[in-house]
Amino acid sequence: MKLIFEKSMAGHRCTLLPACDVPEVELDSALLRESELPLPELSEQEISRHYTQLCRRVHGVNCGFYPLGSCTMKYNPRIDEEMAALPGFASVHPLAPEKATEGCREVLDVAAQYLCEITGMDGMTFQPAAGAHGEFTGVLLIKQYHRSRGDLGRTKIIVPDSAHGTNPATAAMCGFEVVNIASAPDGCVDLEALKAALGPDVAGLMLTNPNTVGLFDENILEITRLVHECGGLCYYDGANLNAVMGVVRPGDMGFDCIHMNLHKTFATPHGGGGPGAGAVGCKAFLKDFLPRSALMEGEGRLQVRSFAGNFLVVVRALTYLLTLGREGVPEAAINAVLNANYLMRKIRGSFTPAFDRTCMHEFVLDLSAFKKETGVSALDVAKSLIDRGMHPPTMYFPLIVHEALMLEPTETESRETLDEAAAIFRELYDLAFRDPEQMHTAPHNAQIGRPDEVKAARSPILRWTKE
Amino acid sequence: MGSYVPATAAERQEMLQAIGMRSEKELYADVPASMLLDRPLNLPAGKSELEVRREMEALAAKNKVYATVLRGAGAYDHYIPSIVKYIPAKEEFLTAYTPYQAEMSQGILQSIFEYQTMICDLTGMDVSNASVYDGATAAAEAAAMCRDRKRTVTLISAAAHPDVINTVRTYCYGTGHELRVVPCRDGRTDSEALKEMLTEDVASFILQSPNFYGQIEDAKALGELVHAAKAQFVLSFNPISLALLATPGECGADIAVAEGQPLGLPMGWGGPYLGIMASTGKLMRKLPGRIVGQTTDSRGERAFVLSLQAREQHIRREKASSNICSNEALCALTAGLYLATLGPDGLKEAAKQCLAKAHYLCGALCAIPGVTLKYSGPFFHEFLTVLPKRDEVLAALDDAGILGGLPVEDGILWCATEKVSRAELDRAAAIVKEVLA
Repeated sequence: MKLIFEKSMAGHRCTLLPACDVPEVELDSALLRESELPLPELSEQEISRHYTQLCRRVHGVNCGFYPLGSCTMKYNPRIDEEMAALPGFASVHPLAPEKATEGCREVLDVAAQYLCEITGMDGMTFQPAAGAHGEFTGVLLIKQYHRSRGDLGRTKIIVPDSAHGTNPATAAMCGFEVVNIASAPDGCVDLEALKAALGPDVAGLMLTNPNTVGLFDENILEITRLVHECGGLCYYDGANLNAVMGVVRPGDMGFDCIHMNLHKTFATPHGGGGPGAGAVGCKAFLKDFLPRSALMEGEGRLQVRSFAGNFLVVVRALTYLLTLGREGVPEAAINAVLNANYLMRKIRGSFTPAFDRTCMHEFVLDLSAFKKETGVSALDVAKSLIDRGMHPPTMYFPLIVHEALMLEPTETESRETLDEAAAIFRELYDLAFRDPEQMHTAPHNAQIGRPDEVKAARSPILRWTKE
Repeated sequence: MGSYVPATAAERQEMLQAIGMRSEKELYADVPASMLLDRPLNLPAGKSELEVRREMEALAAKNKVYATVLRGAGAYDHYIPSIVKYIPAKEEFLTAYTPYQAEMSQGILQSIFEYQTMICDLTGMDVSNASVYDGATAAAEAAAMCRDRKRTVTLISAAAHPDVINTVRTYCYGTGHELRVVPCRDGRTDSEALKEMLTEDVASFILQSPNFYGQIEDAKALGELVHAAKAQFVLSFNPISLALLATPGECGADIAVAEGQPLGLPMGWGGPYLGIMASTGKLMRKLPGRIVGQTTDSRGERAFVLSLQAREQHIRREKASSNICSNEALCALTAGLYLATLGPDGLKEAAKQCLAKAHYLCGALCAIPGVTLKYSGPFFHEFLTVLPKRDEVLAALDDAGILGGLPVEDGILWCATEKVSRAELDRAAAIVKEVLA
């Protein structure tokens, strides 16, 4: 389809503002813009149709199945959107006086109280704008804690090799040396490798539990005990909290601070890549290190962005929490795990799970043997799923599984959807033996064929230019 | 209780049977029993949609919605066209995730490509990324882009937004790098001080213009000083102002950053906002976050993909330029939509009216005995006045449904946008006059 610039016609416009009712002001010409302002020119109907055309070329979770592992693509309720759009929230200036923002403050207080209860933490900040930003905030808590005690020799953060790339990147942004430890054959933390890495120079451990292969690490209490014993702190990456909320709490596993992805676990929409919100919780002894806005609350603390964070995302998450309540929260977790195990069982007859045991909210398929046999890769399977209207699972992650496809159905999918998905996987499994070529060249009915990513990186075109 | 789980109790039982289990408890057999939560969560019971609506509406009603907003300081009350509210609410845009699968995400990818183009055109820069979290983190990421082994120090103007300074300081604390604050003189960056502070270890200087006090800085001249010292120039701009003011490109910026909230995003008590980042072509491969590129597909047709991913954390892990993963894509879509809806004439008109209304308000206030303008340099839509009885003035405005300017230092930092009418400005000035009479 055409770009918005290719639809632009000189003089087309929307009528938005009244004529200026005060005298015009001229600035010194030295301050003024010299270049043209080549924004597109369209009427409102043309804009409306352009974006409608664009949105037909997007697949959202509210449009169909989206089992993108580790991303928790659950249904995003409409009521949450309506509440976030209330003028009493959407039109509030971040620096309005305290008495004019009591409702906003109460939203954060109540959300903090509920999320502390769910995670077993004592303090919470909503300043981080996303999961990785929450990781940054959490690891900064660890850094400040050690520094405040004059414990300056702790320069390392331990990260399992199954971790999401944000974990090591975060540790580096916080000035730590990253110690990657290999996972045990069962996909969990290798206790011996952990023990070998621990020492007086370790500031902490970053861990996801359930981990990135969808397994709950049975040794978790031993892991957190070992880290604490050597003087380090334990950071919980809440990417997979959806599996366990209301069932078991990170605080009770021995973690000192955590982040949650409100856009995963608490059903706020992902918006094509954001905005999310990365609430960070901590135990009482870390509360004084939580960030705050210099302008809203005064200098003297670290802060990771402006103002109080992605507040309207918190409004959505609170709406969701109020809806689910004390029974609904664990119900969601249990059904996320049930759905994942059901789908794994249904697929197991064809593709092979990397770890053949009860999973949590997601599971990883290992297609390496299948690829050897058929020549069809995880990528080929993913692209063939697109032809069948399903968003592919996460591909080639975690790195410890070769030819990985990671499926997370979430609790909001029905059994029918899971049955249909399993049938599609079986169909593709058979097709790979019958007609692998069809899969190498998939997708065939999508918006586009496979894009040339090498060309995109080698000769980058990152903006439209008039011919 | 409210629930979004579609399966009935009977269906769940059948599904358990299908996986060879009798009860839901077996699903959590790997969790040490001692750790399982042995009580219900201390949360209220779940509620119906109508009950939740009532509760959230009651919370919203505890906030005051002002008829007139004369406060800016980093968040601005601009007119948001109706279509700019409705299009991002389309479920396809709203509920998709990062466009990892290009064949299923051309709509999101194209919207970002269009956004990147508009940001380049607005700023006069070569390359834009697909967004970072907000203006403050954009500045912090820009500082990180400029550092190398020899040049490790970041300079920032004391007249930048306090939250921006503090955020950059926090990111510097993270990596263990130094931030030095360049003082101001008369509400603008002190160029003499800057010259002295541009030592051989300085990687970049971050300037905000219009600055926190609303003053338009002499960005070109300051940028030349920075370049003379072989450091990089990071310019934080206001996106609406660029319809009138010299672009970061024209001012010689190496990296342009901004808080994108004025481009069609509600103030929303602080977020979600939009971190705009654009750079020269030379710095392209150092930009953090996602970038959309154009390529061709297997049929030879134009297609869009997430590009240059070798910079990013999922490939480079601890060697990545940043840890950013989720960004503010929907806010970027909104900003692109806003710019397209206003068009070149509309954006210029909005900017002109901001300028005119702020100067009108400034004139009306400064005509009141006792009110003086603190800084006399050129300004766009914010200015700082000093006046007696500051608290009484703001309280009287508040009673009239007007959010007055922000108390800053010994004065009030006012802002007027295209959204306020002359009548509203006259009314505000009359109230100030009455209090000071």
